[in-house]
Amino acid sequence: MEPGVIIREYTIPANDFVVAGEASSSVRKLLNQMGVAPAVVKRTSIAMYEAEINAVIHGHGGRAHVEIDSEKIVIRISDDGPGIPNVELAMQEGWSTAPDSVREMGFGAGMGLPNIKRHADAFHLDTEQGRGTTVNIIVHFR
Amino acid sequence: MRIEEITGLLEAEILTVNHDKDMDIRSACGADLMSDVMAFSKENAMMITGLVNPQVIRTAEMMDIRVVVFVRGKKPQPTMIDMAEERGIAVLSTELPMFAACGKLYQQGMHGRGDS
Ligand SMILES: Nc1ncnc2c1ncn2[C@@H]1O[C@H](COP(=O)(O)OP(=O)(O)OP(=O)(O)O)[C@@H](O)[C@H]1O
Ligand SMILES: [Mg+2]
Repeated sequence: MEPGVIIREYTIPANDFVVAGEASSSVRKLLNQMGVAPAVVKRTSIAMYEAEINAVIHGHGGRAHVEIDSEKIVIRISDDGPGIPNVELAMQEGWSTAPDSVREMGFGAGMGLPNIKRHADAFHLDTEQGRGTTVNIIVHFR
Repeated sequence: MRIEEITGLLEAEILTVNHDKDMDIRSACGADLMSDVMAFSKENAMMITGLVNPQVIRTAEMMDIRVVVFVRGKKPQPTMIDMAEERGIAVLSTELPMFAACGKLYQQGMHGRGDS
């Protein structure tokens, strides 16, 4: 491990709408304490929270691995859920398979993945049907 | 607009105690879909919503929204108020429906940044 690298691991419980977002909330707090610029904190928050919510509602829960150094934050959110059969479709704005129960909670507009891509400096999706999904996000501090 | 003015205008009840009473709120968004707030709200400091669940407070946190107004007399659970207080987010509840609440604010010069 490089010196000065902060590593955090979080568990993301499935279908728990109270705890959902806790990992993103913790990372946000950490970045604020480190004095990272507010605009960067916001971009990171948006990207991580969208990925965390996806793991909760589509991925049967999962985990977040976060590495922060002086220049950037690297976020990996993975789950062992159903995977995404058609990534091209999933990346389109407005495309969603969220059930009504998720819509009633205020999500499922099909905006999350494109929103992550918009706010991250680097975004990479690894997914395999029946195996799970990993979302990799990098945000640079300057 | 200060919280006190917003509360008066919307005849709202304020449910949190520790927010910053002097903050000046200049822009707002109205939405029941948190997905839309995440994707379209830009620099808004206030959210007006008819949806009540903990993710409303989380969404506000992530989007730097400082005030959440629940319409149609909806009241959040105590755990949501705790969450908001921990984050310094003010929570208001008004009997007005969404359209009237937004209209009154708009008339007083509150505007939206973004598309929601
Ligand atoms: N972790 C995941 N596991 C399985 N499927 C996923 C995962 N993340 C996204 N998807 C699929 O991709 C679709 C699009 O995801 P996206 O985040 O863009 O929209 P959404 O979650 O449906 O709605 P929103 O994010 O606007 O609340 C989802 O509806 C789902 O079918
Ligand atoms: Mg989503």
